[in-house]
Amino acid sequence: MLSNIAFYGALETGLIYGLVAFGIYLSFRVLDFPDLTVDGSFPLGAAVAAMLIIAGWNPWLATGAAILAGMAAGAVTALLNVKLKILNLLASILTMTALYSINLRIMGRPNVALLMEDTVLTPWYNLGLEYHQVSVLLFTLVIGVSLFLLWRFMKSEIGLAMRATGANARMARAQGIATGGMIVLGVAVSNGLVGLAGALFAQSQGAADVTMGVGVIVIGLASLIGGEAVITPTSVFRALLACVVGAIIYRLAIAFALNADVMGLKAQDLNLITAVLVTLAIVLPGARVSLMNKFKRRKA
Amino acid sequence: MITATDLRLTFGEGTPLENPALRGMSLTVNQGEFVTVIGSNGAGKSTFLNALAGEVLVDSGKILVDNIDVTKLPTHKRTGRVARVFQDPLAGTCEGLSIEENLALAIKRGKLRGLGTAVKKQYLDRFRSSLETLGLGLENRLTDKMGLLSGGQRQAVSLLMASLTPSSILLLDEHTAALDPKTASFVLKLTQNIVVEQKLTALMVTHSMKQALEVGTRTVMLHQGEVVFDIAGKDREGLEVKDLLNLFEQQRGLTIDDDSLLLS
Repeated sequence: MLSNIAFYGALETGLIYGLVAFGIYLSFRVLDFPDLTVDGSFPLGAAVAAMLIIAGWNPWLATGAAILAGMAAGAVTALLNVKLKILNLLASILTMTALYSINLRIMGRPNVALLMEDTVLTPWYNLGLEYHQVSVLLFTLVIGVSLFLLWRFMKSEIGLAMRATGANARMARAQGIATGGMIVLGVAVSNGLVGLAGALFAQSQGAADVTMGVGVIVIGLASLIGGEAVITPTSVFRALLACVVGAIIYRLAIAFALNADVMGLKAQDLNLITAVLVTLAIVLPGARVSLMNKFKRRKA
Repeated sequence: MITATDLRLTFGEGTPLENPALRGMSLTVNQGEFVTVIGSNGAGKSTFLNALAGEVLVDSGKILVDNIDVTKLPTHKRTGRVARVFQDPLAGTCEGLSIEENLALAIKRGKLRGLGTAVKKQYLDRFRSSLETLGLGLENRLTDKMGLLSGGQRQAVSLLMASLTPSSILLLDEHTAALDPKTASFVLKLTQNIVVEQKLTALMVTHSMKQALEVGTRTVMLHQGEVVFDIAGKDREGLEVKDLLNLFEQQRGLTIDDDSLLLS
């Protein structure tokens, strides 16, 4: 079974990836905009936060800057799509590719260590909690606040207009909604959340690395789809809750798979396992329905 | 009041598929008029409506709504003045959103949207009383998803949404064509009631000559991107489909070969 540390570690990364799943929910589900920018905006958030912390910024301010950087990246993707009419998927790949160079420029080298620096976690170590519980507590607070704010936003007039844009753009325009503006705003907020996740990840892991974004989109999607399988997203609140739950379940499942020696899996198998899990998560709900239909037919 | 002057629009200009959809369309719709628009396939009915709504921009000509030039404005900037119901009953509403959320979207048509709650408590009574006028029992299903409703119910709600906030003109694009005959006549009746009660100015495209004469106060026939005749008042009273056909032949020296126009 999982050791205590492995369990808290999985919980901690799960909470961070919950933020990524929020972002992916916004782009993939709400706006119907398949956005791969996140593979670049995750390390972008990490790089911006790390460099600013090293430069002596307050870690929360540095994290805020990481959110803004992520939002800027998302806005670029959306503008490429809305203004230049580049296919959404391709636009996001272009931004993601560009971000690789930008992230290297920001850091000046492939990775930056934060080991001796004050991070958002530092003040919390004095609370008397165990070392690996601190980040879980703080990140639970962050994700709780984010969930509440996102939920309120989706219920607002602008949020509703954004949901209509993704669901039925022609109807949205007929109701006076500037659909292009909604796409820019939504994809920016989505990548802002991913930038926040990157900044927190760098601070909890003690380093920012230019390659840490590889596969973020797939892990985020796995969390989103897995969460939806557990909590049916009949309302916005349940959909957001599904993101968090999915991300935590996903991380626990991975930790379990890597810890179980009998299965013979190693850390380098992570992306393969993820791809398999996502495929299963996409296929299984449909397979369940067709199995049920077969069963019903036999009964009848 | 709406004034369209000499609208011209060619699709695919300079290609083998070049198709002049509007060839100098001019039409003035006065306050309180209910104009029905007929014409065979390709006459430019839908293009004309799309041009008024802003979904397509014309090559030349001018569109004034309440004496404000909207010729170059995109759809979403015209919606303060132009309301619309689509032909496809699924197009006018969002199936993933609840009935009250759809109505809340419509109540803000053409207005600035903010961060306040979209479905406000003070709206609910108004939503309920307008839904009651439909007589479909939807007033008790405010939180139901739109996707649970039938095509006819959704079209009735679309109509309600279009009339929830005042507009200078209501555009109806063959909005009963995709419904079964019984539902179609229900939605048509509803349209007439709403237009009369709220004293709306409306433009309704229809494929049926019979419907065009029975509904509204004025009938316009389009052919090849132009107005071929325009009748209202005394001239229009007691007119029948065959009179319309005669009128068309006199004007153009042509006969109508579009069966669906005659049969429906």
